[in-house]
Amino acid sequence: MRQLRNANGRTSSVVLPGLEKAPTGIQGLDEITGGGLPRGRTTIVCGGPGCGKTMVGLEFLVRGIEEYGEPGVLLAFEETPQEMTRNVASLGFDLEGFVRRKKLSLDFLPVEPSEIQETGDYDLEGLFIRLQHAVDSVGAKRVVLDTVEALFSGFSNTAVLRAELRRLFRWLKERNLTAVITAEQGEGTLTRYGLEEYVSDCVILLDHRIHDQISTRRLRVVKYRGTSHGADEYPFLIDDTGISVLPLTSLTLNHKVSAERVATGVADLDVMMQGKGYYRGSSILVSGTAGTGKTTLGCHFAEATCRRGERCLYVGFEESTDQMFRNAASVGIDLKSYVKKGLLIHEAWRPTQYGVEMHLLKIHKLVERVRPHAIIVDPISNLIGGSTHRDVRSMLVRLVDFLKGKGITAMLLSLTRGLDHLEITEEHISSLIDTWILLRDIEQSGERNRCLYVLKSRGMAHSNQLREFVITDRGIRLLAPYLGAGQVFTGSARLVQEAKDAAEALARKQTIEHKQNELRAKRQELQERIQNLRAEYQAEEKAMELLIQQAEKVESRFEQDTEEMVSSRRATARGPERQNRRHANGAQS
Amino acid sequence: MKSKANSNAAKQKRDVLELRLYVAGQTPKSLAALANLKRICDEHLKDQYRIEVVDLVKHPQLAQGDQILAIPTLVRRVPKPTRKIIGDLSNTERVLVGLDIRPTASGMADAESA
Repeated sequence: MRQLRNANGRTSSVVLPGLEKAPTGIQGLDEITGGGLPRGRTTIVCGGPGCGKTMVGLEFLVRGIEEYGEPGVLLAFEETPQEMTRNVASLGFDLEGFVRRKKLSLDFLPVEPSEIQETGDYDLEGLFIRLQHAVDSVGAKRVVLDTVEALFSGFSNTAVLRAELRRLFRWLKERNLTAVITAEQGEGTLTRYGLEEYVSDCVILLDHRIHDQISTRRLRVVKYRGTSHGADEYPFLIDDTGISVLPLTSLTLNHKVSAERVATGVADLDVMMQGKGYYRGSSILVSGTAGTGKTTLGCHFAEATCRRGERCLYVGFEESTDQMFRNAASVGIDLKSYVKKGLLIHEAWRPTQYGVEMHLLKIHKLVERVRPHAIIVDPISNLIGGSTHRDVRSMLVRLVDFLKGKGITAMLLSLTRGLDHLEITEEHISSLIDTWILLRDIEQSGERNRCLYVLKSRGMAHSNQLREFVITDRGIRLLAPYLGAGQVFTGSARLVQEAKDAAEALARKQTIEHKQNELRAKRQELQERIQNLRAEYQAEEKAMELLIQQAEKVESRFEQDTEEMVSSRRATARGPERQNRRHANGAQS
Repeated sequence: MKSKANSNAAKQKRDVLELRLYVAGQTPKSLAALANLKRICDEHLKDQYRIEVVDLVKHPQLAQGDQILAIPTLVRRVPKPTRKIIGDLSNTERVLVGLDIRPTASGMADAESA
């Protein structure tokens, strides 16, 4: 039955008009609940021992005072005000100060069964009177009753207690107090004494789980009458700034995009991306096997970001701050000076320190605190690695989404385990990744060489080349692209190939020259032959002309002789015919 | 602890019991408690008691001192240690146990005859 009710509560998506909310001021919780706890109503915060119930209540009060100007009352049944004040002093909550300034009323109500004899009828009017007094003394708007169930151990007449609790909740509601009641979780029930049956407006369940020896706190809004709320389990963290819940933002694709470009820090890489680098606010994934230079590429980007005077957050899971700065310095990247200027914030912690949600939550918090222009996570694979949670991937997606939503340029480094995995580990976030740079080793002729490849880069015409790069004492340097016979040559093989190519080119050049010479010779020879022929012809022509002249002379002599003969013999008949033949001969010569 | 209780018992005859009854207004429970208390004291303590009635409706700030939650609550302030009895005090025996009072001979006789 309860399940059914919960299901209904969860699916209701309409916010009733007039349902006012009191923001808790707890990071992330207001986002999940759509603005806070129901104002003027009572919310039950339940969970097992040590899950942070009291903290939720306390922070609700403290933030109420600090941020929303709503004084509060804390009725503690288990801890004395001194204990509580001490406990939260480390979080920067100055309870004593609030009490002095009459913003907070702390009342301790110890319930010790051994001290109390019951004889006959009674009620808890004393509790009401004290609560009323406390509320009046500070003009409270918020009330926290820390483990009201302690009453059950002190009073044996549960019928009276239940009636009184019912009256208490009604009483709080009548006075329009926004209340938080913490309750111990029971076997199979939300609270040990079934308090949720009295308070049905809002129930928040806290949970503290150990998985692989790493504890994760989770929060779930079991029920929130009259409003839609996130129904998932949300990891939360209690640290020196209080509670933060990791809100799993809706994955809507309405990020504002920027056309601005930011330098990668490696000039050659900029060139591969239209000479301008990454888009501001985009997500960049750099994946590669061990020792391919991911961190160095990250350092370059960090330096480039800081050089522009922008803040950069570097989250490292592998190297301590000092070690990373030393290593960066060894390749000519000076990060330390930017730390001094407050532009670079390097945070390092062990990947095993928290569960994956905690890592992401910590990053979330850091981002909120530092408000960086760019963030580098080195490496995200450490978050994924070894985790058996099914929702780890979606968590990562949410982180990327969160950063995009904030317009933060995010560079995520990812360690891949081998070529088989090269594109598997990242596939679940690749859809959110705008620029994906692959770093890989190429093993060839007894050496490993590093190569870089822009697998994808949305919105820009990027280079399609696999580029060899070397890490010098002045950082990453890309070598000129070299492709031969459908294969990439790197390292010494590349040098050999280059020498070989040069020799071949020389040989080709020599062949050409040789052929040209040959051709020239041929041409000369031909011309000589032409000249000879011409000379020969001319000689022959002259001889022929001579012969012709001689023949003509003979002929004319003959004709003369004939004419003379004719004239001497008076014969005229064949005269004209002979004249014609002579003309034709003349034209031929 | 035990020896102290004994000494308390020894002193009891001379010492005056200081009792404080916390009530909240003139409710039937409060009135019943006060009536029952007076009866019990008259029967078992003769003049060796002093009763102070605190109405928390009029003096809410006084609830904190004796850590009062239930109403009515009877607090034995003297002798120490402080003892608390809640309810309308309708069960005489439990009140006596609660106040750590040994019934007087006459009281005992009364109880036996009853």
